[in-house]
Amino acid sequence: MDFLQPESWAEALAVRAAYPEALPVAGGTDVMVELNFARRRPPALLDLGRVAELADWGGEDGLLRLGAGVPYRRIVTELAGRVPGLAMAARTVGSPQIRNRGTVGGNLGSASPAGDALPPLLATGALVELASVRGVRRVPVAGFCTGPKRSVLAPDELIAAVLLPAERGPEQFAKIGTRNAMVIAVCSFALALRPADRTVGTGIGSAAPTPVRAVAAEELLAAELPWASRAELPDPLVRRFGELVAAAASPIDDVRGTAAYRRHALGVLAGRAVRRAWTEHRREGGAG
Amino acid sequence: MAGWGPGVPGPEDVVSSGPWDGVWRVGGGVGGPGNPLWAVRLDPDAGHPAPRPPVVEAGADGSAPGSQGIGTSPVRPDGALKVRGEFAFSSDLWADDMLWGATLRSPHPSATIRSVDVTAALAVPGVYAVLTSADVPGDRYYGLEVADQPVLAVDEVCYRGEPVAVVAADHPETARRAAARIVVDYAVREPVTDPEVALAAGRLVRHVPIRKGDPAAAAEVVVVGEYRVGMQDQAFLGPESGLAVPAEDGGVELYVATQWLHADQRQVAAALGLPAELVRLSLAGVGGAFGAREDLSMQVHACLLALRTGRPVKMVYGREESFVGHVHRHPAVLRYEHGATRDGELVYVRARILLDGGAYTSTTPAVVANAASLGVGPYRVPNVTVDAYGVHTNNPPCGAMRGFGAVQACFGYESQMDRLAEAVGLDPVELRVRNALAEGGTMPTGQVVRGPAPVARLLELVRDRPAPPPVGAELWQLPGGMANTTAPEQVVRGVGYAVGIKNVCFSEGFDDYATARVRLELIGGEPTALVHTAAAEVGQGLVTVQAQIARTELGVERVVVATADTAVGSAGSSSASRQTYMTGGAVRAACRAVRAALITRLAGGRAGATDDGGGRVDEGGPELAGGALRDAAGRVLGTLVDLLAAGPVEETVRWRHRPTRSLDPVTGQGDAHVQYAFAAHRATVDVDPELGLVRVVEIATAQDVGRAINPQAVVGQIQGGTAQGLGLALMEELQVVDGVIRNPSFTDYLIPTVLDVPPMAVDVLELADPDAPYGLRGVGEPPTISATPAIVAAIRAATGVPLARVPVRPEHLTGTG
Ligand SMILES: Cc1cc2nc3c(=O)[nH]c(=O)nc-3n(C[C@H](O)[C@H](O)[C@H](O)COP(=O)(O)OP(=O)(O)OC[C@H]3O[C@@H](n4cnc5c(N)ncnc54)[C@H](O)[C@@H]3O)c2cc1C
Repeated sequence: MDFLQPESWAEALAVRAAYPEALPVAGGTDVMVELNFARRRPPALLDLGRVAELADWGGEDGLLRLGAGVPYRRIVTELAGRVPGLAMAARTVGSPQIRNRGTVGGNLGSASPAGDALPPLLATGALVELASVRGVRRVPVAGFCTGPKRSVLAPDELIAAVLLPAERGPEQFAKIGTRNAMVIAVCSFALALRPADRTVGTGIGSAAPTPVRAVAAEELLAAELPWASRAELPDPLVRRFGELVAAAASPIDDVRGTAAYRRHALGVLAGRAVRRAWTEHRREGGAG
Repeated sequence: MAGWGPGVPGPEDVVSSGPWDGVWRVGGGVGGPGNPLWAVRLDPDAGHPAPRPPVVEAGADGSAPGSQGIGTSPVRPDGALKVRGEFAFSSDLWADDMLWGATLRSPHPSATIRSVDVTAALAVPGVYAVLTSADVPGDRYYGLEVADQPVLAVDEVCYRGEPVAVVAADHPETARRAAARIVVDYAVREPVTDPEVALAAGRLVRHVPIRKGDPAAAAEVVVVGEYRVGMQDQAFLGPESGLAVPAEDGGVELYVATQWLHADQRQVAAALGLPAELVRLSLAGVGGAFGAREDLSMQVHACLLALRTGRPVKMVYGREESFVGHVHRHPAVLRYEHGATRDGELVYVRARILLDGGAYTSTTPAVVANAASLGVGPYRVPNVTVDAYGVHTNNPPCGAMRGFGAVQACFGYESQMDRLAEAVGLDPVELRVRNALAEGGTMPTGQVVRGPAPVARLLELVRDRPAPPPVGAELWQLPGGMANTTAPEQVVRGVGYAVGIKNVCFSEGFDDYATARVRLELIGGEPTALVHTAAAEVGQGLVTVQAQIARTELGVERVVVATADTAVGSAGSSSASRQTYMTGGAVRAACRAVRAALITRLAGGRAGATDDGGGRVDEGGPELAGGALRDAAGRVLGTLVDLLAAGPVEETVRWRHRPTRSLDPVTGQGDAHVQYAFAAHRATVDVDPELGLVRVVEIATAQDVGRAINPQAVVGQIQGGTAQGLGLALMEELQVVDGVIRNPSFTDYLIPTVLDVPPMAVDVLELADPDAPYGLRGVGEPPTISATPAIVAAIRAATGVPLARVPVRPEHLTGTG
């Protein structure tokens, strides 16, 4: 097996174009498992570890640009204030070792419906920047995954970064697992409230072929939250929100959980998320 | 064994020449009966043993013995290596010219094999051999109790993952690719996967009935329940692996991770058609066992390939392969009816226990006997009717796993005891204490419990522990842990109790023995002991224990424990919580034989004055301490340096525990077990009932170990066993659907992490068993047994959900199953 190690982004894109059959590897926390289990036998690996451009984050046109190669640990320690939902999700990933190595780019590259970074990216309306020697394009996270482990990434493309919008507000993320650490999500839920423009974003993980938004639930909250008064949340609204989130999922029975449990748990997680987020919003506004 | 007391090796057991010491001094020196019991109080926050009471093991001269004898916790030779990742496991074995073996396995749970075509596999460059059952020169079937499992499939396959052919190639990937090119023509059959269907169809492996008292006894209060236990895996981390090296004499050397070298040797030799002495096994680094290495895996295959190719052959299973490469814990369905007086005194227990043995027999017969004979738990029950059945299905084979039949039964009877407590309005501990078995009590088999049976005391110890702190506020302290699901106000707390019983050593009349060779000689002018046994160190610390015993018995500091191999007699298996008892007993006996030989040597080759003529050394006779043979007053009779100047002394002893009897096939009566061991648990759990998530907050546990030969190892066993019981309670299950394991990976077969295993408060009792070496009691299994029902009881107490199955899943708690 060949091991290709470009030293720069330009070189990486050139190698990618020349050897589309070479499998990109960032942290390797998915790739190495696939190799170990003999699920994949690529002729070559394309190691992105030396590409400095991928390992940085910074501001760009009011957006936060998060390089595809920034590991979860740095998101937790450096970005918890700026992207709280993503940082909460990053905290739930694997173990310290996995958080030291694993990246959001890799999570997108794997395009697993259980990828924990994806629901908060969905909820915040993030964009994925894809690059190749042909040029650069940006696609919404919502359009990136096309099925379990499938995405719009072209054979000559690499994921450069994700771009998170400037708007800020309370965010939440929670996931269900059958042990208290190191567990693939049975289901997960992310929420982002944007009081400035009175919008709501959601993301559901592990309960459909791809991570999905709960659009009807978002619309309900956007319309009915007492944004201006910051009044207490009416219980029926919370309940209805939970129901709509559960309805937006299309879960299956598998070894990790039943479809019925996933739906139930999503409803509970959604209710808890909106209460926590709303409490934060009220606190910031001086109420409650 | 007539004329010899229980546990006393008879003269015929002394394999080597040389006089037999033969003294069985109960509790020799320390820890004997009547010794005050003590408890190790572990600070749950510190997590290591508090200083234990000093062991005063005075030599006859009053001098303290060496610091590394029994009752101390010397540093383990493998400890630092394992922590640093430098320990050589069986998967690290290497020979320069070796080939790699790979196994082709059945994709079907049940099928007839019409043909196997290996032509394409043999054509792969780098392939040296492709073997099927036709290439097995000796017996084509093997097994621990019944030889019914094919070395390689013969005309049919009976479970998914059954080995069909093996390949040797110069690279593991080449071997796997070649195996994939073998063409097997299967006629697929409908698998039998429901044990009830199997039982009805007559696929019975064994039925053990137990009948005691009046089968028609009636009671004022009756509780009935049905319980289920899922298929647990041992989940050892070191996959099945070993290296077979062909020898010049036509034999083979096998380096392998196993639990019982001689059982492997017997089965491998039979399959190879070789005399046992041409099949020589050495223990390689074992990465965990828990019962899963008692049956053969790659042993015969690697030897076949090595002998065929004339090259060393290494085999290492992948993780997914490992899940079909070893036996699992029997899944069980347990139906119980308990009758009691209004005061909660047990009147009768009726039980039917059905165990799924999977495709081949393995140790199912013994597991069934354990489930039956231990089926009512450590309680006094006047009237007992138990029927335990083991059946064959086309599910993965099940066999030995820590707790061995006692685990399944305990979940049933302890769940029942909680229901009974509720029915009669008693506290669950109080109900148990009222019915607790005690010394001199009678088991449902009619066997009288000899020696201490502190069941009530163990329960009281865990009950009286201070309660753990209230619900925590940090994420990691809450159900769901770091996944951010749960706030403190969403949590309910519950406390549950359980106590369990386990037999130690092999039962039912099995000729259970262990062999030890001890050699004392001067090396560099210093007396040095060499201890050689075939006992498998599987991580439990047995190497350390053997050295400790030799130091205590021989009064020397320098002890070398040889690698376990088949150059010495069998030690029996590292299972059934027996190895410290059995190999410890054998090492002690061999040391005493060495002492007797030294006494003879001191007396100028004649039997000394203290020798009673039967090879026995009287109590109060010369002792070995501080590098010398000393009289009762501690006066030096002869130094080891002087005594050994004439050459080394070496003795080999085959040592047996007291005999057991078979169970009557109709009534189940009989003194079938050697020793009983007991442990109790109190579990405190926090539950998020809305999401069905559980966090175990604390576990208090108490166990009687008779005598802690190595206190740190004892505590390690208690903590590890409890964690394994926690796994069964909350997450560990191989999900088998239509004979197929759906989750053969550590991604989906979950075992507890550090955030799942709570602090443990451990009480250790040392109430000597008068029949056992040093009074010790096997420790490995009891903690696993009652941990599971205690945790489930705590969840029931927190939520009110009548849980009847383990592992408990969030679905069971939220009604979304
Ligand atoms: C023990 C363990 C625990 C885990 N726990 C979790 C968990 O809790 N939650 C979770 O979501 N995941 C978990 N994972 C999965 C994994 O850690 C994550 O998916 C992680 O985000 C992958 O990142 P990586 O950098 O290691 O990716 P890699 O393994 O390097 O790559 C993953 C995929 O992405 C592709 N890829 C990587 N970078 C790029 C790029 N820049 N452009 C194009 N393609 C690219 C690769 O070709 C590959 O297909 C766990 C894995 C392990 C081994």
